[in-house]
Amino acid sequence: MTDALVRFLIGGLAVSFFAMLADVLRPRSFAGLFGAAPSIALATLVLTVSQRGAAFAAIEGRSMMVGAVALAAYSGAVCLLLQCRRWHANAAAFVAFPVWFVIALGLGFGAGLL
Amino acid sequence: MMVHLKFGALREVHWHEFAIRFALGGAMTVTAGAIASRFGPAVGGLFLAFPAIFPASVTLVEKHVRQRKEEKGLRGARRGKEAAALDARGAALGGVGLIGFGGTIYALIEHSAVMALVAATALWASISVLAWLWQRRLWA
Repeated sequence: MTDALVRFLIGGLAVSFFAMLADVLRPRSFAGLFGAAPSIALATLVLTVSQRGAAFAAIEGRSMMVGAVALAAYSGAVCLLLQCRRWHANAAAFVAFPVWFVIALGLGFGAGLL
Repeated sequence: MMVHLKFGALREVHWHEFAIRFALGGAMTVTAGAIASRFGPAVGGLFLAFPAIFPASVTLVEKHVRQRKEEKGLRGARRGKEAAALDARGAALGGVGLIGFGGTIYALIEHSAVMALVAATALWASISVLAWLWQRRLWA
């Protein structure tokens, strides 16, 4: 319970920090970089190293590369839905979720990581 | 346009929007840890790059730009979507940087955790900014 609370607080703070940076930075496309900031990764890896060791964190880092490819593709898909199809942002962001899952799991299994 | 800071933009963000992002970030960090515990680090690692906060962020960008334009009597809907699209394009470039972050963690964290986290964050920022500069030249 304490561990979950600590994770929640550290994760919330890390995400809020990067989100506030994105709020104040301009132009908008530059601020968008922080939509893919390693906020959750930093919060998680700090705790992972202290609790489970560096080898466990290294495997997470390797898989994260695959997740990041999926995140770039997902964000690109959202951009296309907004720019070309004129969808609302919330609809585009939720409808594109399968892109992340298909690419992350597909690449993960394909590369023999999972 | 040069990169600059616009601190006034923070006034557009309501306290409940800060709270939502804090809660989503906290919840995703707990979830990522739980997934890694249940299914192992290979599966858990994928979720370190899960777009948990992105839907809320991009929706807020659209909403704030739309409201600002409509207050000036302009057609806010289209401008809101354009701003959200730019935000999403930036996130795609940041995602490319995140590949470098993961690779650095994989390569260095068993030597020094602190050095790995600092180097990975620096590499994420460098790749992301270079990718952003490259796409800006491409679209200019």
